[in-house]
Amino acid sequence: MKLQKATCFALFAVLELAADSTRQLAAAEIADKYGISLHHLAKVLRDLARAGIVESARGVGGGYRFAGNPKRLTLMDVIELFEPIESDRIDRDDPRGSTDVGRALRRVLDEIDEHALATFRSITISTMLKIVDQRPWSSAIGERTPRQRAARG
Amino acid sequence: MLDRLARRQCATSRSGSAAKGAIKVAATVDAGAALRIRPALAADVPSVIALDEEVTGLAKPVYWRDMFERYGARGRKERFFLVAERQDRLDGVVIGETRAWEFGSPPCGWIFAIQVRPKGRLKGVGTQLFNAICDCFRKAGVVNVRTMLARDSTTVLSFFRSQGMVAGPFIELETTLD
Repeated sequence: MKLQKATCFALFAVLELAADSTRQLAAAEIADKYGISLHHLAKVLRDLARAGIVESARGVGGGYRFAGNPKRLTLMDVIELFEPIESDRIDRDDPRGSTDVGRALRRVLDEIDEHALATFRSITISTMLKIVDQRPWSSAIGERTPRQRAARG
Repeated sequence: MLDRLARRQCATSRSGSAAKGAIKVAATVDAGAALRIRPALAADVPSVIALDEEVTGLAKPVYWRDMFERYGARGRKERFFLVAERQDRLDGVVIGETRAWEFGSPPCGWIFAIQVRPKGRLKGVGTQLFNAICDCFRKAGVVNVRTMLARDSTTVLSFFRSQGMVAGPFIELETTLD
């Protein structure tokens, strides 16, 4: 499965901001960290703000802050703002889709989509941040990440 | 504090007739939350039935009495029926067992029911039940824990995800018989 660029940018931005909901970050800081086009990210952040997932503050020191409930907001809530999750490998308007083979292929692809939907709907931002903290490539075994240290003292 | 308590929850008992060789779950109290996780008793069954009805909208007294008989009453070392109790009110329940070699799988823990009273959610009850039954599984010598859920059970799916569970190596398949 491949998500569209805007969707990926939104997920990076939301997870970056949700990692510390008290922190405000400029769009440029997020764009720099993830190598994202600032122009593209700014548009994505505006969409997220309209959905109430982030808040923007204007002026010097302004930026964006996470405004959602990380235990309630799911990956699907973010993704569906930017794209539908459904198979586009067989165009529904394609006449071949109405053949027996087309319908059989559609059934298999729909099965895959249903699993993807259930997965995205079941993973909250809070759970994603735990997965980020478990990253084995950034800390030695047994070493706690900064967020774990802050949370556990 | 909970972790320390949870570690003490399952203790291997080698005495007694019915419970010989059974893994006993000692009752524990998390003083801060006033929540007690303990093995279910026969007297809990009506409350479990009521809790399930509150959650699912369907009363299943025969099913739950049978579940208690098979998982709670006999003291078998590989079966666990735990309840979460707060101030004499049942706030949650979890049931599971260790199974071996089904689907070619080495022994592992299966959780096949977990419920928390709707008004008691987001207060750590489910997490404490999950931790308690995982500790029972550890004491039983297994290192993997599994469950299976309907794809549209988003709340429970999210709960297990939040506990660190991820998709496993098995795929469930089914068919409708003619």
